[in-house]
Amino acid sequence: MATVSTPIGEPIRRPERRVRLTYLNNGYGLRSWLFTLDHKRIAWLYLITITVAFMVGSIEATLIRLELLTPAGDLVQAENYSKLFTMHGITMIFLFLVPSIPAVLGNFFIPMMVGARDVAFPRLNLLSWYVYMLGALFLLAVMLLGGTDTGWTFYTPLSTTNYTQNVVPAAMGILIVGFSSILTGLNFLVTIHKMRAPGLTWFKMQLFLWSLYATSLIQVLATPVLAITLLLVAVERTLRVGIFDPALGGDPILFQHMFWFYSHPAVYIMILPGMGVISELISAFTRRNVFGYRFVAASSVAIAIYGFLVWGHHLFVAGQSVYSAMVFSVLSFFVAIPSAIKVFNWTATLYKASVWLQTPMLYAIGFIGLFVVGGLTGLFLAALATDVALSDTYFVVAHFHYVMVGGMLLAYLGGLHYWWPKMTGRMYPEFLGKLAAITVFLGFNLTFFPQFVAGALGMNRRYYSYDSSYQIYNVLSTAGSTILGVGFILPLFYLTWSLKFGKLAPDNPWGSAGLEWQSPTPPPPENFEEQPVVLHGPHHYTRKEVTVG
Amino acid sequence: MADTHAAQAAASGTTTTGTPTSAMSGSDTHFGAGYAVSAGSTAHGAHARAHQFDTPQQQYAASNLGMWIFLATEVMTFGGFFLAYIVYRALYPETFALASPHQSATWGTINTFALILSSLTMALAVHAAQTGNRRRLTMFLGFTIALACVFLVVKSIEYTTHIEENLWIGSQNFHMERPAGEIVDPEAARVDLDSTVQQGRAKIFFFLYWTMTGLHGFHVLIGIVLLSALLINNLRKVYSENYYTPVEMTGLYWHFVDLVWIFLFPLLYLLGGAHWHI
Ligand SMILES: [Cu+2]
Repeated sequence: MATVSTPIGEPIRRPERRVRLTYLNNGYGLRSWLFTLDHKRIAWLYLITITVAFMVGSIEATLIRLELLTPAGDLVQAENYSKLFTMHGITMIFLFLVPSIPAVLGNFFIPMMVGARDVAFPRLNLLSWYVYMLGALFLLAVMLLGGTDTGWTFYTPLSTTNYTQNVVPAAMGILIVGFSSILTGLNFLVTIHKMRAPGLTWFKMQLFLWSLYATSLIQVLATPVLAITLLLVAVERTLRVGIFDPALGGDPILFQHMFWFYSHPAVYIMILPGMGVISELISAFTRRNVFGYRFVAASSVAIAIYGFLVWGHHLFVAGQSVYSAMVFSVLSFFVAIPSAIKVFNWTATLYKASVWLQTPMLYAIGFIGLFVVGGLTGLFLAALATDVALSDTYFVVAHFHYVMVGGMLLAYLGGLHYWWPKMTGRMYPEFLGKLAAITVFLGFNLTFFPQFVAGALGMNRRYYSYDSSYQIYNVLSTAGSTILGVGFILPLFYLTWSLKFGKLAPDNPWGSAGLEWQSPTPPPPENFEEQPVVLHGPHHYTRKEVTVG
Repeated sequence: MADTHAAQAAASGTTTTGTPTSAMSGSDTHFGAGYAVSAGSTAHGAHARAHQFDTPQQQYAASNLGMWIFLATEVMTFGGFFLAYIVYRALYPETFALASPHQSATWGTINTFALILSSLTMALAVHAAQTGNRRRLTMFLGFTIALACVFLVVKSIEYTTHIEENLWIGSQNFHMERPAGEIVDPEAARVDLDSTVQQGRAKIFFFLYWTMTGLHGFHVLIGIVLLSALLINNLRKVYSENYYTPVEMTGLYWHFVDLVWIFLFPLLYLLGGAHWHI
């Protein structure tokens, strides 16, 4: 950057400030946000709404942890407890985790990383936010009506009996949110296929793009099956027909097959984007391209395709034939391979690298650790013999929280900090950032590690009371969740604070090689002042001028 | 598919100002990390091109791919139903054999012809749009809409009959009678239809029948709305041989809707012996 020299004797005059047009000062009214077609503003709409959803889900989690502090049911009783964990699951999965990285960070950065002015279909992009809001309203109505109590899985025949409440509006809400997810996925797929800047071939794409491409593929192909399954449940309940009810000749196992055909791939909807963020962070903070770039890129797509073949591991104790159980068990072991490829390659990238330990990188390192634990404990559950013992225990709860919270949420927070300067034009306070990252990591482990132990000892999930021999683990877990809560509240405050008071961010504070950083901060409405042309591969750190601090 | 992007950029008159070597040394732009800058592509020009696209060709390719992905989601949607159908047919073949003759193969065949014919008129409409023949486009869109309406009218006649015969699944008195005429399947001939078990299975068939034809009928309805919008736009002279993407995309959708029916018809009307009655 050139410095302005002032001749001696002249009064110091500030250079005339011409206000550059950015996506942020391109209109101020509420309408300019609610009817925007700019993918960057739509990302903010999502950011705000999913943050609210996250807070609601966290309150539900807090109540669950408070109830489990003591073995007896003193805070809530059985029915309300069922409603709490159901609503916690529905809120966190469908309103927060599924849209989190794709709809916020993906929306903002996919067009920038492909060097485009917007997504392929901006109107569809805005529509998908409104569809999301409509679905969220349904789920909000369910909460106001007293919640539903089927578990987030809506297993039949429980969900089609009169013992459960508000199943139809909840199912409709999820179905509508699912359409939003389909529209977003479709938009991203077309954007990545057709909007890439000149020179940006597939194997020059950043790894974040690869992982979101794979995610979108799953969203587009798996979500319709969930929609149909929930529609069938709703029709069955309203018309009292028994397509899943054994008393009327229906097959409840068919529901589980259809549900998990979506919901196992949905696990990858919730982790692949996280893997993409981590690849970006590791590359940026070690100044290296990720080791084995092509393998990491291809493993994303491999996971997406392979994830469709393993749903049966959720039915080991639900009455499928021994042979299909064995096949699903073996297949589930294989799906660990592409995930392991990623972990090995990240580790290899870190090997002998000089790591710049900024907040986002702390999250990235935390992610790798927790994801390894989450992934390896998944193998216990993929193995037929151990799963029969561990099914429906806290071991399962701990496993998927290690993947979903330890994995996806940490990646989301890491990515949010990493791209915050680009999104807002302001830096977040680094010290508080690091403090929060460490707090989240410690709080998370204290919350969920004891659950592995309790689960292995046989503590059942989904009960409001438990045998007093498990109390010590639950006390630890509740204590941990308090720390975790502090770790989440901190960023909420300092990030909001930084919007107005944060240090002004330079164009590329991390000296990152990503294409999204080669635009001014905050980006102009059409992302780049001139059309970029990509001349070399991704995460390119061998050249001198980008090794700035 | 999109690897020709550089070629597209060249086609749209975009020129790369920096050769790879000059971009390497050029740190005076924002594209310091080795990204060159090409000028001129932000200029807006061609008719009906959205700002995010460089060329009309790119816009067309994007719409086309978007439509195909949408159709893939539709395949997965109907696929869920087909899966359920296969499972229950395998479980209760004899009840299903007794249930499908309740559909009139006559009406079904009329509707199948209506939709196949409408696929033809749709294809002709797309061709008319591509050649910029507005009069023929209006005519063929009109034919397609008319045939779609024929389909819905016939379908509602069938639905009315079903409701009269107590075959609506939401009804308190749902009851499936033994179909008139000869029953081919000897297993099916022996089934005692008065048992609650058999009525429950019959209800599963009609659950699938109503939801599958209902969802398909909804798609036909959406198709009529889309086709009418095309018709109105065409009367306002929106389309020409240079711009007809919406006609083509609606065409893809319409062929898909027809194709789904080609699967539904044999599964719901013919398996177990076709009954030609009205
Ligand atoms: Cu699974």
